[in-house]
Amino acid sequence: MEKAALEKTEATRTVGPPPDISEKELLWMHRTMLKIRAFEEEAERLYKSGAMPGFIHLYLGEEAVATGVCASLRDDDCITSTHRGHGHVIAKGADARGMMAELYAKETGYCKGRGGSMHIADFRIGILGANGIVGGGTPIAVGAALGFQLKRTDRVVACFFGDGASNEGSFHESLNLASIWNLPVVFVCENNQYAVSTHQSAHQKVKDISVRAAAYDIEGVSVDGNDVLAVYRVASKAVERARMGDGPTLIECKTYRMAGHYVGDPENYRARQEKEDWMKGDPIARFGGMLRQWEVLSQEKEGQIRDDVTREIAEAIKFAEASPDPRPEGATMYVYCDQEADDR
Amino acid sequence: MRTLLYREAIREAIAEEMERDESVFVMGEDVGRPFGGADKITEGLWEMFGDERVRNTPITEEVIAGAAVGAALVGMRPVVEIMYFDFILLAMDQIVNQAAKVRYMSGGQARVPMVIRTVCGAGRSSAAHHSQSLESWFVHVPGLVVVMPSTPYDAKGLLKSAIRDDNPVLFIEPKLCYQVSGEAPEDEYLVPLGKADVKREGRDVTIVAMGNMVSKAMAAAEVLSSEGIEAEVIDPRTLSPLDLQTIVESVRKTGRLIITHQAVEQGGVGAEIATRVTSEAFDYLDAPVERVAAKNAPTPFAPILENSVLPQTEDIVAAARSMR
Repeated sequence: MEKAALEKTEATRTVGPPPDISEKELLWMHRTMLKIRAFEEEAERLYKSGAMPGFIHLYLGEEAVATGVCASLRDDDCITSTHRGHGHVIAKGADARGMMAELYAKETGYCKGRGGSMHIADFRIGILGANGIVGGGTPIAVGAALGFQLKRTDRVVACFFGDGASNEGSFHESLNLASIWNLPVVFVCENNQYAVSTHQSAHQKVKDISVRAAAYDIEGVSVDGNDVLAVYRVASKAVERARMGDGPTLIECKTYRMAGHYVGDPENYRARQEKEDWMKGDPIARFGGMLRQWEVLSQEKEGQIRDDVTREIAEAIKFAEASPDPRPEGATMYVYCDQEADDR
Repeated sequence: MRTLLYREAIREAIAEEMERDESVFVMGEDVGRPFGGADKITEGLWEMFGDERVRNTPITEEVIAGAAVGAALVGMRPVVEIMYFDFILLAMDQIVNQAAKVRYMSGGQARVPMVIRTVCGAGRSSAAHHSQSLESWFVHVPGLVVVMPSTPYDAKGLLKSAIRDDNPVLFIEPKLCYQVSGEAPEDEYLVPLGKADVKREGRDVTIVAMGNMVSKAMAAAEVLSSEGIEAEVIDPRTLSPLDLQTIVESVRKTGRLIITHQAVEQGGVGAEIATRVTSEAFDYLDAPVERVAAKNAPTPFAPILENSVLPQTEDIVAAARSMR
């Protein structure tokens, strides 16, 4: 746990808003977390109603991680995401309409119904794709960072993955390459305590995943992943380091997957008490409380933000429901470049 | 016209494309200073283009392939080397799940202009971990382009096309072809992807040959010619997408088809070609389609065993005679 960042947050709480973060940024973080929460709650409800095919993985409870990290990025920076990626892409600026339409398997979705929940991408705003393979995104993030380095830009890649992925070979190969080539990448490990149904304590002996950074001689830090400001501060430092050409960082964000692995998961592998204890640390409630204490957020303003977010998600659902299905004869489009004309 | 070796043709193609386009770069195990690659294909490139564009990687196949995907997604054109085809199995997720699919899964947003070069084939007593021909595994994956040239001319022209192509291309170089010499102009030229080449014209039997089996098929054709059988030899050059039309047109003329590759026969590219030709030209066939390929065994070490497993010129000749 990075004590310094935590202590700073706690210390400033009683005094007032932190001097190093603007009110605008604080409110953006709050709104973004609410938007992720609202999107996921609606996705869950609609999935259960049978509106969507396939299966979905919810980001509920982990909102502070995506939000804190993406708050530290520039628009032209990139991210790679995971099967539990809705939060990452919302925080990077994805359009809820395109996302919801994709979950509905519609032609107007981000991936034109070819990808679904686990493959949302928006290359225009630096979302290099969510990923259905655990650990699949790490080598890609390293490659994008190599591209940025070769082009002599100061762009940075943030690579999201979970505690489960930290046992994949791709994690170790990626950290090693990023280390020896000093690549501008920030590895963000969301330790949500579970790799599908297996608790962290059963799938790795280390408690702090950040210690694995030492094996590659890079910076490693663990942080309270339910404290958005702590995440933001640690991520900002790492992003700055990458941008200055000082190489990669491994950040472990300790958080909790409030929902099951997928919607419908019987969750027979964890105790209700454990879940209830973690729920008390809900990142949105915590941050909302701080903002109110600092008088950055009035009750009236919070109500207005919640209404805005609710309306935005409702519009996304309306858009998705009104959108056309993909045409069946288009199923082999986009397999290769420059073939679209032939297939139409 | 000047002649050059297959290995030189590959190096020339990479050098010309690096000269032409700054986004092209090379990475792989031991490809740069000072080693120049296990087969010395990239030798000298780092002297021309520097360490930044000709990069030695750790022994890390998955991230070599994956870093190529990531770099391609942000506008680079990586040309990476996997030292042996056998080692590509350590990179399968990045090639099959990522490179091949990211365009499709993103609804056509992404382009993945990358080339993976690798060395295939047996014939040097390298045993089962340095000898495989796994091309059919990749032909099975939508989204990949799979190329296997057999001559210096084709190798150079196809590699240049592959580097300029916006799709992920697997470029397979049969190790027995490296010392093959052939004519290739000094002036720039390209060979298009997805087009077969008729290496020898004939009216009696069509032999579709891949990689190092092309030269064996040409030798077999000479033997057969002395017996009055004129074989037409076709090198598909690109295995996916396959130029079926050229093969079907030939079979309509000859009425007989032999497919030969060094890969194991079972589940090989030959099965795919046989099926598709049968569907398209069944009425023209005067005999069942024959395959001449490796026996169903891992590649053995002992030369006498290796030769027993691998398809030989005589096997092609025998197959053609049996179809009379």
